[in-house]
Amino acid sequence: MNISRTTRFVLWSFMIFGLSFIYMPLLLVVINSFNTNKSFNWPPTGFTTIWWEKAAVNTGVRDAIMLSTLTAVFATIIALILGTLAAAAIARYDFFGRDVISLLFVLPIALPGIVTGIALNNVFTNFFGGLTFFTIIIGHATFCIVVVFNNVAARYRRMGASFEEASMDLGANRLTTFRLVSFPMIRNALVAGALLSFGLSFDEIIVTTFTAGAGQTTLPIWIFQNLFRPNQAPIVNVVAAALIVISIVPIYLSQRLTQEKK
Amino acid sequence: MSALTSTRRYFHSHVKARIAALLVLPIFWLGVLYLGSLAALFITSIWKIDTFTSKVVREFTLSNFIDILTDKAYFNVTIRTVGVALSVTIICALLAIPMAFFIARIAKPKSRPVLIALVITPLWASYLVKIYAWRTMMAPESGFLNWLISPLGLSSPGFGLVAVVIGLTYLWLPYMVLPIYAGMEKLPESIIDASSDLGAKPARTFMRVILPITGPAIIAGSLFTFSLSLGDYITVQILGGTFQMLGNVVYQNFALNLPFAAAVALIPVIVMMIYLASVRKTGALDNL
Repeated sequence: MNISRTTRFVLWSFMIFGLSFIYMPLLLVVINSFNTNKSFNWPPTGFTTIWWEKAAVNTGVRDAIMLSTLTAVFATIIALILGTLAAAAIARYDFFGRDVISLLFVLPIALPGIVTGIALNNVFTNFFGGLTFFTIIIGHATFCIVVVFNNVAARYRRMGASFEEASMDLGANRLTTFRLVSFPMIRNALVAGALLSFGLSFDEIIVTTFTAGAGQTTLPIWIFQNLFRPNQAPIVNVVAAALIVISIVPIYLSQRLTQEKK
Repeated sequence: MSALTSTRRYFHSHVKARIAALLVLPIFWLGVLYLGSLAALFITSIWKIDTFTSKVVREFTLSNFIDILTDKAYFNVTIRTVGVALSVTIICALLAIPMAFFIARIAKPKSRPVLIALVITPLWASYLVKIYAWRTMMAPESGFLNWLISPLGLSSPGFGLVAVVIGLTYLWLPYMVLPIYAGMEKLPESIIDASSDLGAKPARTFMRVILPITGPAIIAGSLFTFSLSLGDYITVQILGGTFQMLGNVVYQNFALNLPFAAAVALIPVIVMMIYLASVRKTGALDNL
């Protein structure tokens, strides 16, 4: 297609505008974490690393990071197992009610988090004896399953069934076929799903608000609790800046994964 | 014959048993635990509360729904919420379509993965961090935006409807760019060439060929932007000032009047169901 120079320029401007829209606020947070001014008036009044030092020794932050990490690990493990089972069933078999079940696997993401949150809260407090650390994991796993399922189901669909059939024609049973044929082929999808699921869980606040037991402060909950406290604002800002910097790690990992594929 | 071998034989010859074995745990989790919780919540909406203790009394009443349907305030908040969700979806699409088109069709193939990575990166930055960032951007007097545009004689709109729409657009934009990019990248060059060989100008090719084919991808993206905006209440709390959406109404009633909160929560669910039902036929759900 011949695209005129004007169109190219307009599209290029959209791209530049889009990228600056995406990065300007994040950059601002990182810059502000070195701002001497406690209320972050712009432009900054001076340079300091004192907020980073204070955040590094803040026990509230450390405990919250620990709790969020543990939650995300457990939720991801559950999601990997259940999501893969469901993806295998839906991608490899045709059965009555298959469409309904694939719709069911979109629901936890399609419905607003607050609906999932209060629904689980209601059941946990009335029938499961209240909220604990484990209820957060159950809540998170519910939407993490969907993420893993989507990734793995897409991979199953793309790779077709012929390799598995060949393996079984050659005498391997189903377990061996899964271990030696299917699993290596879906491995990247599993890793991608796990990364995404970990990221979602680590970051989740709405479902967490309704499923966390007393004193179970995950990192997002900690940030939210301290967001409106003027004294804590610089520490919150440092945590935010650190999270932005750390978020490069999963990006790097997933980029490596896609390059492996090629 | 060992027990293990006979189990294997059984699964080998019974397809249904195999499907059941694969699905029993996922169905238990999502079909029983999750759907069951949703059902329990919505049953609560036809109950009432003891006004003194705030405890749920299991007695049938339609008063929650009558309140919602007769009080104009709830109608307004519903319209406002759907309006915000639609605006966010449309703005995301208007930004994402040219961006995705640029990345997939104009940028050099070598720079494509870099550009896509640049768009995805903020997905990994925390939700709260991003909204927090916009709080520092939008702050009425000392904020960055105000500093940026005040030389032009403009001032930041501060916290409210505009800030909420910007914040939500910011949050969900990558969810819109990604599926559209994937859709446009798959598009064979030959179709585009055919269109221009037959005399269509680029604008017409875009409107009549590229846009219809990437339609399902746009709808897939809209599913995220629409649904995620529809139920949000935290962004609204942080950026909205006094502005409120359905999620805030649910949140405020949750502790004191669960049946009423459940009835209000039914509104976004119904809206979402209508949305899902109307896009299911387009095949957009397979594009997620």
